Amino acid sequence: MPKNESLKKILVLGSGAIKIGEAGEFDYSGSQCLKAIHEDGINSVLINPNIATIQTDTRFADQVYLLPVNAEYVESIIEKERPDGIMLAYGGQTALNCGVNLEESGILKKYGVNVLGTQIKGIQKTEDRQLFKDSMKECGVPVLRSKTVNNFEDAKKAAEELCYPVIIRVAYTLGGRGGGVAYNEIELHEIVERGLKASLVKQVLVEEYIGHWKQIEYEVMQDYDGNNVIVCNMENVLSMKAHTGDNIVVAPSQTIDNHEYHMLRSAALRATKHVGIVGECNIQYALAPDSDKYVAIEINPRLSRSSALASKATGYPLAYMSAKIGLGYNLSELVNRITKSTTACFEPSLDYIVCKHPRWDFAKFELVNRRLGPTMKSVGEVMAVGRTFEESFQKAIRMLDIGNDGLVLNRSNGKTHTEEDIEYKLSHHDDQILYYVAVALKMGISVERIYKLSTVDPWFIEKIQNIVSTEEKLKNSPLDESLLWQAKKMGFADKQIARAQDKTPDEIRDLRKKLGVIPSVKQIDTLAAEWPAVTNYLYLTYGGSSNDVVIPDDEKGIVVLGAGPYRIGSSVEFDWGTVNMVWGLQENGEKHVSVVNCNPETVSTDYDICTRLYFEELTQERILDITEFEHPKGIITCVGGQTANNLTPGLAQHGVNILGTSAHDVDRAEDRSKFSAELDKLHIQQPRWQAFANLNEAKTFAQEVGFPVIVRPSYVLSGAAMKVVWSQEELKTYVKEATDVSPDHPVVISKFMLNSLEVDVDGISNGKEVVIGAIVEHIDSAGVHSGDAMMVIPPWRLSNKIIETINEYTKKIALTFNIKGPFNLQFLVHDDHVYVIELNIRASRSMPFVSKLVKTNLISLAAKAILDKPLPKIPENKWQKIHNYGIKVPQFSFMQLEGADIALGVEMQSTGEAACFGNSFYDALSKGLTSVGYNLPDKGSALVTVGGAQNKEKLVPAIGKLKQLGFKILATEHTAEFFEEKIGQIEIVHKISEPERKPNISDLLYERKIDFIINIPSTSTLEKYVGMLDDEYQIRRKSLELGIPVLTTIELADSFVKTLEWLRDNETTKDPIEPYDKYE
Amino acid sequence: MVGYTEALTDPSYNGQILTLTYPLVGNYGVPDPTIKDDDGIPKFFESEKIQIRGLVVHELSLTASHWNLTMTLDEWMNNEKVPGISGIDTRELTKKLRTSGVMMAALVVSDSEIDVDSVKKQLSSAKHYDSEQFMDEVSTKEVQVYGNDEKTVVVIDTGAKNAILRNVRELGYKAILVPWDTSYEKIMSYNPEGVVLSSGPGDPQKCPNTIETTKKLIENNIPTLGICLGAQIIGIAGNTETYKLKYGHRGQNKPCINLENNQVYVTSQNHGYGITPESIEKSDFKLWFTNADDKTVEGIKHKIQNCVAVQFHPEAAPGPFDCKFVFEELRKLMEK
Repeated sequence: MPKNESLKKILVLGSGAIKIGEAGEFDYSGSQCLKAIHEDGINSVLINPNIATIQTDTRFADQVYLLPVNAEYVESIIEKERPDGIMLAYGGQTALNCGVNLEESGILKKYGVNVLGTQIKGIQKTEDRQLFKDSMKECGVPVLRSKTVNNFEDAKKAAEELCYPVIIRVAYTLGGRGGGVAYNEIELHEIVERGLKASLVKQVLVEEYIGHWKQIEYEVMQDYDGNNVIVCNMENVLSMKAHTGDNIVVAPSQTIDNHEYHMLRSAALRATKHVGIVGECNIQYALAPDSDKYVAIEINPRLSRSSALASKATGYPLAYMSAKIGLGYNLSELVNRITKSTTACFEPSLDYIVCKHPRWDFAKFELVNRRLGPTMKSVGEVMAVGRTFEESFQKAIRMLDIGNDGLVLNRSNGKTHTEEDIEYKLSHHDDQILYYVAVALKMGISVERIYKLSTVDPWFIEKIQNIVSTEEKLKNSPLDESLLWQAKKMGFADKQIARAQDKTPDEIRDLRKKLGVIPSVKQIDTLAAEWPAVTNYLYLTYGGSSNDVVIPDDEKGIVVLGAGPYRIGSSVEFDWGTVNMVWGLQENGEKHVSVVNCNPETVSTDYDICTRLYFEELTQERILDITEFEHPKGIITCVGGQTANNLTPGLAQHGVNILGTSAHDVDRAEDRSKFSAELDKLHIQQPRWQAFANLNEAKTFAQEVGFPVIVRPSYVLSGAAMKVVWSQEELKTYVKEATDVSPDHPVVISKFMLNSLEVDVDGISNGKEVVIGAIVEHIDSAGVHSGDAMMVIPPWRLSNKIIETINEYTKKIALTFNIKGPFNLQFLVHDDHVYVIELNIRASRSMPFVSKLVKTNLISLAAKAILDKPLPKIPENKWQKIHNYGIKVPQFSFMQLEGADIALGVEMQSTGEAACFGNSFYDALSKGLTSVGYNLPDKGSALVTVGGAQNKEKLVPAIGKLKQLGFKILATEHTAEFFEEKIGQIEIVHKISEPERKPNISDLLYERKIDFIINIPSTSTLEKYVGMLDDEYQIRRKSLELGIPVLTTIELADSFVKTLEWLRDNETTKDPIEPYDKYE
Repeated sequence: MVGYTEALTDPSYNGQILTLTYPLVGNYGVPDPTIKDDDGIPKFFESEKIQIRGLVVHELSLTASHWNLTMTLDEWMNNEKVPGISGIDTRELTKKLRTSGVMMAALVVSDSEIDVDSVKKQLSSAKHYDSEQFMDEVSTKEVQVYGNDEKTVVVIDTGAKNAILRNVRELGYKAILVPWDTSYEKIMSYNPEGVVLSSGPGDPQKCPNTIETTKKLIENNIPTLGICLGAQIIGIAGNTETYKLKYGHRGQNKPCINLENNQVYVTSQNHGYGITPESIEKSDFKLWFTNADDKTVEGIKHKIQNCVAVQFHPEAAPGPFDCKFVFEELRKLMEK
């Protein structure tokens, strides 16, 4: 079937701000979808408030709306734009759910909008548990058996029927509480009795337990004609025990045989045909480890994290092809994008092994539970390509950028474990599980025993054994050519080998090169070299004897380093920077631009973006390998966040030409002493600070300037180990923590200025001219990490004089540090004085926000600056003349992180952000808040719990206004007393810790009698540690789990209330964003 | 990455050194060769022995993990005295085969420098693949009967895979496996409802007796299905030509289009020869399946008689089950 010619305009829904479970992969899939639509000459309209994405540049989409993805906003855009079709599969669960709502409320029918791809009926068959089970049975695909029971006798019968072990799930409790796994009748009795008590409806579900089964996934493509193929299959190393998002995944599967592979493959094709998938879907199976028994767990009728991984793992652009199918093409009409001659209706064959590893950021959250289980907790992932499992796996660990060089031979591995300890760890998976497997092997625990405890297939354990044995050999044998080859094939980095041999990494590198032990460059070509393929999609491996490609002399170009895995503090905004840098260079005449990155959830790793794509480690060793192969004119490290930036000095020392600001000048900014000396010369103030290597001096300094103080290491992004410290005791703990994170750099202590404003400036300089993108004001006061703070352009509390001072300082600093490229300056404004906090000579988190609002693509200008071209003449106050307000709001993912506290501090905790523009501050803010999940009620009840007299005082106007708006105010005794005096009647409620006293907060929360909560924790973190604030923590946690908004800063509470007031008489605007201004 | 036990025992690979593009081989070991199904057909293997002359892989998994294994790949090959080599850049080798076509090769290992010239000399004096008489080696010497159903399908063994027998049994017919050079009259003496011409190694022109038999099968309108080599033999019997492909089609991921309904199927393939596309028009056949990538002939149907043939392997093993319906086509012809 050819393309559907009746389509003229298509609406695409994005996934909104990045959260755990919905990350950058949807920028990849949405961008590919828009590209596919654009190519066919059809108009596209995108709704997505995630400003830091490539898809919200007006490059692929004709109209971009930075608006919340919910039925109400989408309807208003449908009414305005009148699209013929809508794509729901490219914006994660957010877009899918929104689509189902639109259908159910009749909106799609009302405006005659056709769903392109899988129809709503098909979506429902996969999303509704019962419909799913029924459909699977109809097409002969087994599903998990389970039984609902109301008493122990029935539970016993059910368990015997299903066979032990069984899992007991309790109906209607949150987070699976009260359930458990029973291996025998005694355990069953205990869990069922407990569960029945916990359940509101006295009901539990007894289900087959399959935690030890293999978890296998297939990615399926299907067109309207029913042609279907499997693009990729994957195996989860940590079995069914961990969510696939938290699992270490290999592609293709490694431990299943031909019969099992094709049995599951056929079932996948049957199942997708039966539910009516059109486009792409993912099907997940559990497969018994001791027979060919299997069950289908779920089908995702949309692009997913797994499908992004499958795209990158195979080179088959799933999202693009899926969109083409949505437009009406059938599979055999589409062409393989890599060979450009064979059909897309085929199943890629791989000649490498891909290993995906999740990136967790547990250290950022206090009280969080690190256990891996059915709920996803990771914030990002990497993908490594190699020709042995050991190589791929150790590469993946390095790509995570968590300070480890591989599975073994890491720095400061001083921990010791008892056997008992390890056995417990093996059966209770956390983020360290495979490290524990290695430790267990070293202890001499058998493969069989490790398998029994961990349910990691023995094949993987044997591979880890190979790594452990190689480590042993490296430690005890002289390093000859054959041992070097062995180590490199097992994925060891020079750093690891150096550590074992007590040499330096450079010595190992020199020896390797002398002996010719160097990696080969291989292509990812979808067909295992069987057909000639002109592909630029590359990886490096020691499992080869020759390169697939040669770089002609006239193709030597520029290499741009990407940002590695998404994590807290480094997210899709750096991918936006990487991709825009590539485009910027190309637009300025650079024909050959290569990219290095290792994050499968990105647009920068689409191989049609650049001349050559290296899906590789962002480590010094690997970048040197690549430069020795490419001989580029230079490397750009300033758009890939701190990961790329940190490589600058090492690469420069090894003679690599760093384009942009010189390594010397970057060091002058990163080294706090040097930076400070420069500021002194310029007579620019900064908060008092000092660097310390010794605790006593630190204590003295802190006493001198007075607590609170901020402790941090230099050279670390996103406040890792950065803390506000209130006492001597805390200082001791944190100085130690900070030295652990960054041992090569001194600890810096600075005065924490309470009650001040924080300001960001994003700019570009070419060493002669400076372009200021905008001055961005934080709505939250200083102390909330800049990544967690709400931000506004233009600033609304800064005087003209302050703005002038900031402009002047910015220009002075940019020129003093000879900046060539992007930079970000952070200021503190306190009592009308401007202080400089820090200078980052690289692209910043806020650059997409500034660029889009001010319509100046800063990265594009940075490309000019780096190429030594003159910058365009942009009026200095261009950003002040923008008629709009832009507000950036953080997105948190606390719900996913069992136990995590949602109170904010200097550690960044948000996983993403949304930004909306409006004609007024509140116009922008109300859309921004809605975008990150706040419900803005027009009536109801608010619970107020505030710590500290000063905080209470500050909140009086807001609470008064709330009452005026007709909201019922609830508060605990003390707080109520305080506010009653100022604003009149308050309803008293009682603490969770006093459940016998009614009305109790806990009951009200469960009964949904509270619409939102203003909870300002006492500023003293000291109290937190003596447990005084446990009650407040309980409130925050419970409300979160029930989906009730909690406002934890005064500024947020204040703005929230004012927004509610504004919404009484106003309606939000719904305008598309305007494209970037063109500069020659 | 899957299917090495099936591939190694596929008689079509007889006389060949096989290299696998997937770099990790042997992960799930090798199942018990003595296990047979109810009809006495080996359950996990495509013939009685390893058919290949040698195996080339990147990494051999010396330990294996699977509930169904009894030995490792290494042990199995050692038991059957078939040599293999690992540690080879098989991607580079694949590229060489892709550009130069399939070629004669030798496996040489040595602790000292290998004298390539002398190996090449030895190789040039070795018996060439094209001059081998495979039928003597791969075809059954005696007639074998599987199952005791009333109705019979005769399978002419030009190197048949057990999966073909299994599929005939699944249709509910007794399978009688006969030597490749069995005469038409002998075949008809079994009173078959239909005949399957099996897959097998080498050039179809090396099976003149089978071609003659097939001509008579077609002439007498006996329902006939040809698979792979069998398809080429049917083609020749019905006036098409055949040719040697540069590097053949080998793998489990070959897309084919059914021209009758325009559906695309992913098929398992292993052939070095094919039916010449241009020769179809003047022949007794019409095109049934074509390869979606290179438009080569993947299936033909006789214009008048009850005779169909596919170039791919509908019996899978290894590979996808998408085209099992081809056996249903045979059933339809037999029940017509």
